[in-house]
Amino acid sequence: MNLTAVDWLLMAVYFAFVLGIGAVLKRYVKTSSDFFLAGRSLPAWICGLAFLSANLGAQEVIGMAASGAKYGIATSHFYWIGAIPAMVFVGVFMMPFYYGSRARSVPEYLRLRFDEKTRAVNAVSFAVMTVFSSGISMYAMAKLIQVMHILDGPFAALGVSSAWTFHISILLSAVIVLGYILLGGLTSAIYNEVLQFFLIVAGFLPLVFLGLKNVGGWTGLKHDLPIAFTHSWRGMSSPHTNPFGVDAFGLVMGLGFVLSFGYWCTDFLVIQRAMAADSMGAARRTPLIAALPKMFFPFLVILPGIIAIALPTPVATATNVSTAGHMAALNESGKGLIPAKVDEVTGAAKVDANGKPVLDYDLAIPSMLIHYFPTGILGLGLTALLASFMSGMAGNVTAFNTVWTYDIYQSYLNPKAPDAHYLWMGRVATVFGIALSVAAAYAASRFNNIMDFLQLVFAFVNAPLFATFLLGMFWKRTTGHGAFFGLLSGTAAAAVHHGLTLPTGASPGIKGGWLGAIHLYPSEMAQNFWTAIWAWSICFLVTIIISLCTRARDEKDLVGLVYSLTQKPAEDDVAWYMRPMTLGAIVIAMAITLNLIFW
Amino acid sequence: MGLDIRTPIGMMFSVFGIILTVYGLVSDRAIYARSLGININLAWGLALLVFGALMLFFGLRRTLPRT
Repeated sequence: MNLTAVDWLLMAVYFAFVLGIGAVLKRYVKTSSDFFLAGRSLPAWICGLAFLSANLGAQEVIGMAASGAKYGIATSHFYWIGAIPAMVFVGVFMMPFYYGSRARSVPEYLRLRFDEKTRAVNAVSFAVMTVFSSGISMYAMAKLIQVMHILDGPFAALGVSSAWTFHISILLSAVIVLGYILLGGLTSAIYNEVLQFFLIVAGFLPLVFLGLKNVGGWTGLKHDLPIAFTHSWRGMSSPHTNPFGVDAFGLVMGLGFVLSFGYWCTDFLVIQRAMAADSMGAARRTPLIAALPKMFFPFLVILPGIIAIALPTPVATATNVSTAGHMAALNESGKGLIPAKVDEVTGAAKVDANGKPVLDYDLAIPSMLIHYFPTGILGLGLTALLASFMSGMAGNVTAFNTVWTYDIYQSYLNPKAPDAHYLWMGRVATVFGIALSVAAAYAASRFNNIMDFLQLVFAFVNAPLFATFLLGMFWKRTTGHGAFFGLLSGTAAAAVHHGLTLPTGASPGIKGGWLGAIHLYPSEMAQNFWTAIWAWSICFLVTIIISLCTRARDEKDLVGLVYSLTQKPAEDDVAWYMRPMTLGAIVIAMAITLNLIFW
Repeated sequence: MGLDIRTPIGMMFSVFGIILTVYGLVSDRAIYARSLGININLAWGLALLVFGALMLFFGLRRTLPRT
């Protein structure tokens, strides 16, 4: 890839601002609350955009475009079904307890509502998970910089071998993220997330515009592609008639309810952004404000993928092989702008059992950037891509340092230190959190299977979580023992279900069936959704049964933590468009409209 | 919080806008073949400049003395 001075200049300006914001914020960080909770002083719109951006990591930008190229507009279910309803629910119904209880983290809420052991399970699993997620983000970014040959030019000029690309990319991203979090803590991370939000829009909007103009708009796309690519609900009545291999019930319950609510309503990574808000009203509006741009993100991240697969496959000519390296040569064996996967040993295109090339969908966005962007705006597009990786990493690191310091260090290791000590510990945790992420990134590059295995374990741990929070917040009879054993049995249920089922065509092992497959699912996605549904249901039932068998907590201890014992927050003192209920209704109505338009 | 985030956002996008606009004016037309013949650097540079200026206006409005 050919980058010129103007591209590097744009990138340099961005990094200067990222670190500059941290440097300016440093003088406002005086207490641990400033560092971990941004002093609970930010307005709703900033928290809202950060809420959206913290989740906008590598998985989102690269993964959603990949899924768009593979499945078409049906990928929007991950937004309109799999995010929006949960975001409205957490803002309208759950935030009063998270924010109102003055808990400093989600595990701490579990401690207040239930007991120490429930908090410990959640805190430890969450801390491990964030470190690995940030490591995976780092790995994906370094890999992408390598595949796109971004650093080849400057490396050649400096006489450094391009074999160093991976290591230097990891090191640079680690140092930059470390720098701005150490300086400004959560405020710095949140401010940079807002910056990254605008940058991602600024980098991808012209890409979508050029792509759409090229294919003749949405009408042109419809004409070029099979009908299922441009209709999100086509064939959803049966798992055998849609590309996901799931039916509408599995989709709505598995993705739309269990997985989506489990993530948006309980994951401290996003909840932390709302907890930084300056008032209860602002905290409740945070996810609702995030939902507004969120529902239009499919047009920014999925659409480029759909356009990439719809374009005619470019023919590699002698000139573009020499300039763009072998990526262009491989395009020829791909489809549209999506190149085929490369066999790392032979350097040739990988083929499946039928002799068809295996497409590398993850390259949808990078290929689109290279295809449409001349130098100049190409620098902006690449900066946006790098920003999305770094906001994902920073989000995980700030969530990690808070949970480590408040829920593990202060709770179990050193409970009575002065506040300045915890502020210091937060900075130390940031350093070793990033060091562990780097280790995780290298583990990911060496042992692919270990990462797959860990992600599977995390999925088991996360699947039942929402049942615990739902019962905890809305049924005062739920007890700590109920919650704890409910969580454990939910996780066990997920593992057992995974062990007993297998997606069609897969062999027993990491894909499931390790206890002997007694049921086959049409696709891996269907298996995932049903694993989640089972985990949630078992956790829900076991929590209820054990709660009824154990002694209830005194009601006066639960004030502010449970719905029926907490005064409803007043909504009348603000303008109608700022009331969470009204905003929530507007968001839901808009999401339904989008579903109908792309039916 | 002492720093209004709109100020750095406004500054960054204004700088981006200026760089892209100037580059759009001086660059060789031939590079725009891939962007369908549109001088995307100039067009988007101006758009970012407007956005950056708006953000700066709102960010600095409070701190500037009222006239």
